[in-house]
Formats: sequence, C-alpha cells, structure tokens
Amino acid sequence: MNAPLTPRKLRVATASLSGCFGCHMSFLDIDERLLELAALVDFDRSPITDIKHCSQRCDVALVEGGVCNAENVHVLRELRANSKMVVALGACAVNGGLPAQRNHLDVGQCLQQVYRTPDGSTAIPNDPELPLLLDKVYPINEIVRVDYFLPGCPPSGDTIWKFMTDLLTGRTPRIEHPLLKFD
Amino acid sequence: MPTVFVSTELANLIEPILLRHRARPDRLVQILREVQEVADFISDETAAWLAERLRISYAQVKSTRDFYAFFYRENRGRYRILFSDNITDRMAGNQALFEHMLKRLRLEPGKVSDDGLVSVDYTSCTGMCDQGPAILVNNRTITRMTPRRVDEICDLVRGKVPLSQWPAEFFVVEDNIHRADMLLGTPHEPGKAVHAAIARGRDGMLGEMKLSNLRGRGGAGFTTAVKWDACRNANGDTRYIVCNADEGEPGTFKDRVLLQSYAGRVFEGMAIAAYVVGASQGFLYLRGEYLYLLPQLEAYLAGMRSAGLLGRSIGGVAGFDFDIEIHLGAGAYVCGEETALIESLEGKAGRPRVRPPFPVTSGYMGQPTVVNNVETLSKVTEIAIHGGAWYEAIGTKQSTGTKILSVSGDCERPGLYEYAFGVRIAQVLEDCGAQEAIAVQISGASGVCLSEREFGRRIAFEDVPTAGSFMIFGKQRDMFEVARNFSHFFAHESCGFCTPCRVGTSLLKNIMDKIADGRGTQYEMNELLRLQQVLKPGSHCGLGQTAGNAVADTVQKFRPAYERRLAETDFVPAFDLDAALARARELTGRDDAAAHLGEEA
Repeated sequence: MNAPLTPRKLRVATASLSGCFGCHMSFLDIDERLLELAALVDFDRSPITDIKHCSQRCDVALVEGGVCNAENVHVLRELRANSKMVVALGACAVNGGLPAQRNHLDVGQCLQQVYRTPDGSTAIPNDPELPLLLDKVYPINEIVRVDYFLPGCPPSGDTIWKFMTDLLTGRTPRIEHPLLKFD
Repeated sequence: MPTVFVSTELANLIEPILLRHRARPDRLVQILREVQEVADFISDETAAWLAERLRISYAQVKSTRDFYAFFYRENRGRYRILFSDNITDRMAGNQALFEHMLKRLRLEPGKVSDDGLVSVDYTSCTGMCDQGPAILVNNRTITRMTPRRVDEICDLVRGKVPLSQWPAEFFVVEDNIHRADMLLGTPHEPGKAVHAAIARGRDGMLGEMKLSNLRGRGGAGFTTAVKWDACRNANGDTRYIVCNADEGEPGTFKDRVLLQSYAGRVFEGMAIAAYVVGASQGFLYLRGEYLYLLPQLEAYLAGMRSAGLLGRSIGGVAGFDFDIEIHLGAGAYVCGEETALIESLEGKAGRPRVRPPFPVTSGYMGQPTVVNNVETLSKVTEIAIHGGAWYEAIGTKQSTGTKILSVSGDCERPGLYEYAFGVRIAQVLEDCGAQEAIAVQISGASGVCLSEREFGRRIAFEDVPTAGSFMIFGKQRDMFEVARNFSHFFAHESCGFCTPCRVGTSLLKNIMDKIADGRGTQYEMNELLRLQQVLKPGSHCGLGQTAGNAVADTVQKFRPAYERRLAETDFVPAFDLDAALARARELTGRDDAAAHLGEEA
C-alpha cells in the first residue's frame, strides 16, 4: 500500500501547425535532459519520430502554431481526439502569433498578391493536394478544447522542461518568473 | 504642424465657447461637449484647430474626444438617437422599438442616413429604468417609448423639426417616489442646514459628522467624516469639493431624482463640506445623460448665490467663500470612479489613476479633494440640522441613516423607496408590488444577484451593501440573458487602460454570446469562472474587479439557464469552420471534398 508509484511512461505527440518550428527547436534545447525525458516518455506522432498519425491513445499533445488552413484543422482534431491533454505550445498556438498578422487583410487579396505573375495576371494554385486557407489564422483554442497554454516565442527549453516535469510528477503545471519574462 | 483652418462659419460658432472657457486646456471635455452641440460632431480638422487654439497637442484632443461615447469624430446626423439598453429597457421591449424605428427611417444600426440627417444606435443605461424604455435624442432624455411615440419621432425627424419644438410631454421625467422617509419626506428650508453647520462651527460640524457615522452612498461605503478630516489636514494650496453625479450604474436613478427635486440639499451639503474642510471651489460632475437637468440646476445655483448661500462670506462668515460649477460627462461609466472623474474634470480621458495617493491628498489639479456621492451630500444637511447622535440612532450599527433604493424591473410600482438601513429584500419586494420575483440584482451590473432563498437578507453594509440599484426579475425572465446584457455593458464601458479588464471583459462577452448561440460547452462554463478569477484580483479599478460578478452569481444560482443552452459535445468552435474556407474556395474554384470542413467526426 505504501509502495512508491512506478509512473507509467507518458505518451507524447507533437505537431507544428502554422508555426516556424521554433517551439520544437526550443523543445530540443532542453539538451542532455532529453535523455532523462526519453526514460519517462514515449513519443508518438511527432516530427521527432516521423510517425505520421497517432498510433494509439496519447497522454499529451504539444501543439505549436496557429490554425491557418484546412489541414491544420484535421491535424489538430486528430491530436485532440487521441490525447488526454492538449497543450498550446508558444505564441502562435496561444493567440495566432505572427501568422495572424494577415488577419486584418482579406485572404482573397493575400492570395492574389502572392500568386501574381510578372505579367500582372494571377495564377492561384487549385491543386486538391494543397490545403485551403481559412479566412483567418486562429489560435488552437478556438478550434478545439485546450487544457494548457505555454506562452512565449518560443517558450524556452527550461519552460518546456518545467512544464513536462510538472506533468510527470503530477503537479499542476505552474510557469512563473523568470520563465514568464520575455524582454 | 501647419496652421489648420476650419470654416469661418464653424469658427464663429466655436469662438464664444473658447472664450467662455478662457481657452483653458483643462476645460477640454466641457469645450468638446459644447462644440459638438453646435457642430454635431468633432472632425479631425476641428480637433486639430482646437489643439492649436488651446495650445495643446492634437493627440491630447484626439485622445479625449475618442474616449467618450458621446463625442463623435464623424457626422452622426443632426438627430442622434440612442436607445438605452439596460436589461430593464430590454424587459420593457426596447429592441422591438429600436427595430421599428430603423425600419421607419430605413436605417442600419449606428449608421447615419444618406442625407446625413439621423442615426439610431444603442447606449448604456440612461437612468430612466422606472419609466423606460428611454431614449436620448442629442443627449436629451425621452421616456416611456411606445410604437406610437417612435412613429411621432420619425415624423418629427423627417420633418426636420428642431428638438426644442418637439412636444413637451416627450421630455417629462417623473420622480416616482413611492416611499419617503427622512430625506425624501421632509420639506426643505433653504439655508437652514448651512446656517446650522455654521452655528456648530467647523470642528463642531466635523464632530457631528463623526458621531453620525455617515458612510458614502456611492457603493464603497467609506466613512464620510474620515474623508473630510483627511482632506482638511492634507497639505495643499486649494481644496475642492466634488459631487459625483455620474450615476452610471445600470438600474440606478436616485441621484436623478435628488438633483431634479432636492437639489438644494445636495448643494448645501457641498457648501457644508466646503466649510468643514476649507474648500472654496466645488464641482458637480453630472453625467451627460442628465443634460436635461442642467438649466434648472444652473438656475438653482444662481438663486443660491443671490440668497447668499454661495459666493463670498457665506452666512456672514469671513473666509467662508465657496461656489459650485457644473461639469458634464459624456457617456463614460468609468467616470463614476472618483479618480477617473477627476481626470475628466481636468479635461482628459476618464482613466482611473493609481491610488494611492487618494484624492483627499492629491485630487483635482493635484490638490486635496473630497469626492462624495449626491445622496451622501444630501444626508449631510440632515446631520447639520439634527446632529450626529440623532442620525446615528437610525438604521443599523454599521449603516446609519436611511438609504434610497432605485427600484425597477418586474414590479407594479417602480421608483424610489427610502428605508432605514436594515430593511429586508422581501419587504421592498412587497412594498413595490413584486409578486413573482425569482431574482433581484442589487447595486447594479457590478453588484450581487440574489435568488429567492436570499430575500430574507438585509440592505446594509453588514449584509448586502448597495449603491441603490434594485432590479427585479420575475419568473418569466431568463437570468442568462440578464448576465449577458451586463457582460456586454462592461465590455463596452471598459476604459482599456489595463489588460485584465480590457481583454477579460471582451472574452467574457464573447463566451456569453457563444453560449447564447448554442455553441457553448462545459469548457466555456469553466472558462467563465476562470476569467472571473483573473478579472477580480487583476484589474486596475472597480470596473474590471466587479465585471464578472453577475456572470459568476448567475452561474452559481441559475445554472440551468446556462446548461440548457450548452452543446452536448466536448467543444464547438464559435464560428462555422466550413464558411471560413469559402473565400479560398471561391478564389481557387475548388469544391472537392478536401475543400470543405465538416463537423468533427
């Protein structure tokens, strides 16, 4: 009865939606602690493993980036459906971030500007393989339920480490100064 | 910056205003109000010209103009019609009347007609909850709106009949006093209170104030004598008495009645305060919605001056010099907060200051200033005449004297009810003829929502403190919609200075709208309460600190009103995801399966 809990390894998925992969780079920035983490978690769907879809139920999904197109919506929905906890990782996931700069423009005008050819005509690609853009870039909590928010552009490696170790030890994650100081 | 020109015609209209205010930049709010009255709106050019004439920056004029809801940058028409949108106006059917007027005038909400004649929009509570639905036309109050009255107004507007020639019965504002006690029920003898105070002497009068234990009637309940004493002892060259008549709390209208029919007591209370603390200048900060009171209040002040109750050596006391000036607000609820009010008096945007220092040491122009509520000051006259001990015997131990309640909503006799402190909610409900109340919102949108099982509680600082608003909701009412109305009110009235309030009130409003739209889930219910935990401790002033109260109270006490609107899933976006792809579909010409987003599998 008093035997110490032997924690089950947490199953972690990660994805970058409309982001720059900076948050994933920051995750790698926990450096040698990655080895420590690898003893405590298994990575499922993630750019780190190159697993394309969730292979089983996960405990935690770390989501970088906002939601800018239809594919982002599908990825986010898959992660939500297969995870106990969804974590908005970094500024873009939390509130749209830099990509949301386009939100005050009409998405149609954006496409016409971007795909203008030198002769002045526009050729907007219509390949079904290309995901369609949403009218705006949305933070992930406007598309699915989100359990935790980790602000920062990017959140530092230490912040991510603090968050993960809190989760692993069953503490309510708390990110405080200086991990919340950005200037 | 190059010299800016406005038309000669406009300059001729504005020059007398500048002259009257001696082109003082600290009078900017008053100047802007009067400029708008003659020019209908304050364009960027007018603002730049004013900046030059007042020798301040364009940004200062612009920031003040843009802060106040009743100042317009663009033409909103010669007739600017605003429907009061408090929950009590809603319950009286203001939305149908609003739609009816838009239809008759062929207008979109908030958009001026093509000929630049008229615009129709909503505004926050105008303090006519006992005789609503109410509207403002160019800030003049019209009460008891009916479909017929809407038609008549549309005809007058289309006929371009000047507002001054509209039927007088439109503008009748009744007092509706249904229960009078010592303040509302005692005849006023002009000068009696001031002379009684003089007879007691400065220290004597302050002593009586201390004995009376009078507490502020604006809501916070700070002991008045302590405030006066602190102001009197503060270092400063000049002292000021400010009467806070920015009665913006939804559902409150007692100050309106006091100023309409009991102004003598309010002004004499100010004079007595001035006598005690040694102030020579007073301000009445009157909310812009009560513009209709201005002429009669000015006339009353003139009468007091000729009766020797204002001016030099009042009551023959050498050195007791005091006069009162009226400043008008311009549609900003936050100016009811005393430091925001002082900012507004100084001609600036009404953003609350950091306290301390408190106004008693550093208020108007950095000088010691007493800011008291209208009702508080009128109570002072009773204490001057009858003494503090007499006053202290009325009411409860910590809440002495009487309190005026502004009763509105689902009852037979809405209006003013004055009770000794300690009265039970149920007693008030019985007196005003509210048979089937399910809830009472006490002290306005920022106050507390009491359900039936709490009707035995008492109005007093010890139990249910109040600034006076008492809105009754009958069994046919939907308490979710009540809280949603309040959430819109706060999002509109947040001054934007601090992030918890500016963002928090908008998030609260958005979530309430999402739930109303049938897109809310348990997640949103949790978010509402989480937001309240950010707003309350994190906001700079009382506005943000109390903005989540009505939602939190109704979630606790009327949860089914929320739950029956919730979607039975984990989460639903607030918008249609597939529609968010429409523009991209249009430009790419795609309509394949991948070009659509369905509901979540």
